Amino acid sequence: MLYDVTATITYAYAAPAIAGRTLLRLMPASVAGQRLVAGRIEAQPTPAERQDRIDFFGNAVTELTFRTPADIARFRLVARVDRTSEAPELDLSPDLARLAAELDLPGTLGPEAPHHYLGPSPRIAPDPAIAAFAAEAADGAPTTLAALTAVGRALHRTMRFDAGATTVETDPATAFAARQGVCQDFSHILIAALRSLKVPAGYVSGYLRTIPPRGGLRLQGADAMHAWVRAWCGIETGWIDYDPTNDCLVGADHIRVAVGRDYDDVAPVRGVLRSAGGQISAQEVDVVPLG
Amino acid sequence: MEGRAPRQPSEPVARLLAGYRIAPDTADEMLDATGAVRPVWQPFLRHLASLPPARAEAAFARGDQYLRDAGVFYRLYADTAASERDWPLSHIPVIVPEAEWTAIAEGLIQRADLLEAVVRDLYGPARLVADGHLPAALVAQNPEWLRPLVGVEPRGGHFLHFLAFEIGRNPDGSWFVLGDRTQAPSGAGFALETRVATSRVFADHFAQANVLRLAGFFRAFRDAMNGLRGPEATRVGILTPGPMNDTYYEHAYVARYLGFMLLEGEDLAVQDGQVMVRTVAGLRPVDVLWRRLDSRFADPLELDPASRIGTPGLVAAVRAGGVSVVNALGSGVLEARALMAFMPRLAEVVLGEPLKLPNIATWWCGDAAARAAVRDHADRMVLAPALSSRLPFDGDDNWPCAGHDAATLAARLATEGPALIGQERVTISTAPAWQDGRLVPRPMSLRAFLIRTPDGWQAMPGGFARIGRGDDTAAIALQRGGSVADVWIVSDRPVPPDTMLPDRGTPTPRAEAGLLPARAADNLYWLGRYVERTEHAVRLLRAWHLRVAESGTADRPVIAALGQHLGQLGLDPARAWARALADRVAAARNCASKVRDRFSVDGWAAIGMLAQDVSRLNPEPASGDDAARMLGGILHRLAAFTGLVHDNMYRFVGWRFLTLGRAVERADSMTFALAAFADPRAPEGALDLCVEVGDSVMTHRRRFAVATSRETVIDLLALDEMNPRSVLYQLTEAQEQVRHLPGNGQPGPLTPVARRLLRLRTDLAVSSAAELTTARLLGLRADVAAFSTLLGETYFG
Repeated sequence: MLYDVTATITYAYAAPAIAGRTLLRLMPASVAGQRLVAGRIEAQPTPAERQDRIDFFGNAVTELTFRTPADIARFRLVARVDRTSEAPELDLSPDLARLAAELDLPGTLGPEAPHHYLGPSPRIAPDPAIAAFAAEAADGAPTTLAALTAVGRALHRTMRFDAGATTVETDPATAFAARQGVCQDFSHILIAALRSLKVPAGYVSGYLRTIPPRGGLRLQGADAMHAWVRAWCGIETGWIDYDPTNDCLVGADHIRVAVGRDYDDVAPVRGVLRSAGGQISAQEVDVVPLG
Repeated sequence: MEGRAPRQPSEPVARLLAGYRIAPDTADEMLDATGAVRPVWQPFLRHLASLPPARAEAAFARGDQYLRDAGVFYRLYADTAASERDWPLSHIPVIVPEAEWTAIAEGLIQRADLLEAVVRDLYGPARLVADGHLPAALVAQNPEWLRPLVGVEPRGGHFLHFLAFEIGRNPDGSWFVLGDRTQAPSGAGFALETRVATSRVFADHFAQANVLRLAGFFRAFRDAMNGLRGPEATRVGILTPGPMNDTYYEHAYVARYLGFMLLEGEDLAVQDGQVMVRTVAGLRPVDVLWRRLDSRFADPLELDPASRIGTPGLVAAVRAGGVSVVNALGSGVLEARALMAFMPRLAEVVLGEPLKLPNIATWWCGDAAARAAVRDHADRMVLAPALSSRLPFDGDDNWPCAGHDAATLAARLATEGPALIGQERVTISTAPAWQDGRLVPRPMSLRAFLIRTPDGWQAMPGGFARIGRGDDTAAIALQRGGSVADVWIVSDRPVPPDTMLPDRGTPTPRAEAGLLPARAADNLYWLGRYVERTEHAVRLLRAWHLRVAESGTADRPVIAALGQHLGQLGLDPARAWARALADRVAAARNCASKVRDRFSVDGWAAIGMLAQDVSRLNPEPASGDDAARMLGGILHRLAAFTGLVHDNMYRFVGWRFLTLGRAVERADSMTFALAAFADPRAPEGALDLCVEVGDSVMTHRRRFAVATSRETVIDLLALDEMNPRSVLYQLTEAQEQVRHLPGNGQPGPLTPVARRLLRLRTDLAVSSAAELTTARLLGLRADVAAFSTLLGETYFG
């Protein structure tokens, strides 16, 4: 399936913002099941310096430097993506005990290594309430993949999607205690839950198809950048993506941008301009299938 | 078992050692295993024993006084606020023979090479992990393993350049490593100040005691840092977290001692892969940073986004090869206590030889065999977080297994294993400390330092020893009341004197005037303003209290007018003024604390005494006379500070900003005072008050020989170019300073700052006293404020 993706993030400042540096992670990735056909990122005002590179996790990063004050900053992605993969059908993943044994084997420090995704990370501290929830939901799950979907489904049933209940700074324990939040909160909570079961779990940012195929439901989170979870289901199965906000395994409607341990590793915009006054930001995302 | 007592010393030494009892199964630095005084200690002990107790105490006081005068402090982290503490000197040095030290240094150098190889691997191919020599989880979950630095080769090729080690002595007399300091090792500057203080305590003995000198090490350090510079050969900077850091004193001290720039994250900007310092002359490159800031805080863009003390883009500059950071960002990964468990094996794998100096026995509990070992030897084990970087005696996170039953221990190991280490509860040696005229044994550990030079690692011949407060090994940490002793490495042969210390009264020359960081200029300017503001407030308060004392009442109109004027300045002369004054002095001292590297020791001491005096006024004296006398005393203290600054400080750009601050503040306060007290409607006595506050009573009498009138007062305090209290004098002074600021003083058009000031001064100079109405004076004051803002925007932004 070919998609045209556009995403615009705008910051408007009350007082002109002075020079600054910005990291953008907006460009769709080229990974198994997904190919970036073409894409570009535009910035306003015109940056004094620009550098495109790949970060530790393999994500595309655009680094911009601004030297002139501005009262508006706008970043715009235009990309065409070819998405092929469907959700996996056969569950060959080990049970949780065997998963632990596989993790005890000598590993590597490469970007896909599960060991990055086990311990606490900057945004995700262990939380006893989430751990208790996870233990109950995963009880009796025959495989790691089954545990992933069981905990994800239980979470989806427990949580209420509410775009106004949390902010980008809300930590998973708080969002879980309130039982509400957006895709970022759903994902952070599920990652915390999986890590409490010793299942390596990471954060994925991306885009969702805006209008569902005929007969399908419109997915939650399609108006802005979306987030979901990847879990490591053993040496043979590897990483499986799961969307707790929509309670589904990730398929052809999801377009991946960046992966990391939590939101901090993949934030679409990091380090906006410095301003004495307040700022407001707005996001617009459009993902349109071609034919 | 009985403790050992010293054997057969000479008579006076015996008195000194009476009661020196070493705990069983403990080595001692001064006494050998048989209880005999080690030969290397004998000359020192004979000297100490020859001093009558009173003279010894006086000598110790001399050392303490030196440290106080030099302002050596560290910061104590309390529950609520951090407080400054004097450097706690334990006056008795720890003495080590040169041959023994050489062996220790060889062990540390081997360890440094091993650490370099490990950190290079962890930020490169990570073969040690792939080959199973280090667990992946231990690295991947270490918050100091910084992913943005993976694959980044440091400019110059080395990650580690400056290292510290905490070492201790086993009961069998051998040495071992308690902890590696690779992140941003502290203590070298403190070691030097400890040496200076101790050599003053034992001034008579030190000169012929064959103690190896430290200056050569610091020369090597300076040369090594300078050697890391690129072809542009810019200055070396010390990147400090700022005055709230526990070892900030040392950052400022080393900056002054070695002639490095003291920089905070906000002083830096990154442009096109190059690190630039925001100076008063614009952005200037710097390409070597001795980093005293933990890596994670160094760049909010790529590392910890919550950091408010970092520089956005620093990682990008490192990646571009535009800067050498010492030690490399990410070096803190080596400080994890769990790494100690793997070092013996890593030495064999990486270096092909065993560790020359073992480290504290450690087990990583992610491994089943290690968990069993910890359970089997629980009585001698401490559990601690695997990724903690604390020293064994420095942690609140230690969990002695002996205090818990076997089931609790087993449960903890089973659930938290990979997050834990077991570490042996070690017994370290004791060294003598002075107590009530005698020596007593106290636990000690030793901090040693290595610097990478072009010829390899070089060890500091010395360091400092931590001396425990009591018998408890845990009380060795400074934060828990431990103290610090000098370490003397004593040679068999005479040692020539050697020093790098500049004369204390003069600051180190700074070659390039333009390299004053904008933040330092900002602080110096405001230091000048706050000190002057304090002085003006003191004069006004004194005038109020004198008048109340004279007339016995505060009801007279001129006193009421003065009270109202003080109120507009945020001071209530009847109540709580001492606190308000203390706040002003605190603001001045705060500015001074941020530019300590640019200050003479005496200047810093003077402002410290001022702060102390003002704080003692609280609660303030009630009666007018007493208050006036006290305020007079404060004025003298202020004069001492300004005298030191203005008579002794070299005319660097920094001094010019300090002087500008004073001139601008004086112009501001004088125009405001004239507007209030030279107003035609001001009450009887206001003109005399004005002259008094302007410290110009004598001058007025000599110049006019008549009673004060509005014209004479305005003439004297606004327009008289010869009166150092007049507004015009201040503007002339400001012009003189601006002429020397970057961008000025050359042929060509005036800078906006100079132009604004010229207009301001000219307007005033051509005015007559009659024309300077209250409205004009207030307008003039607003113009002065606008000039100050422009100055700030131009140089401090």
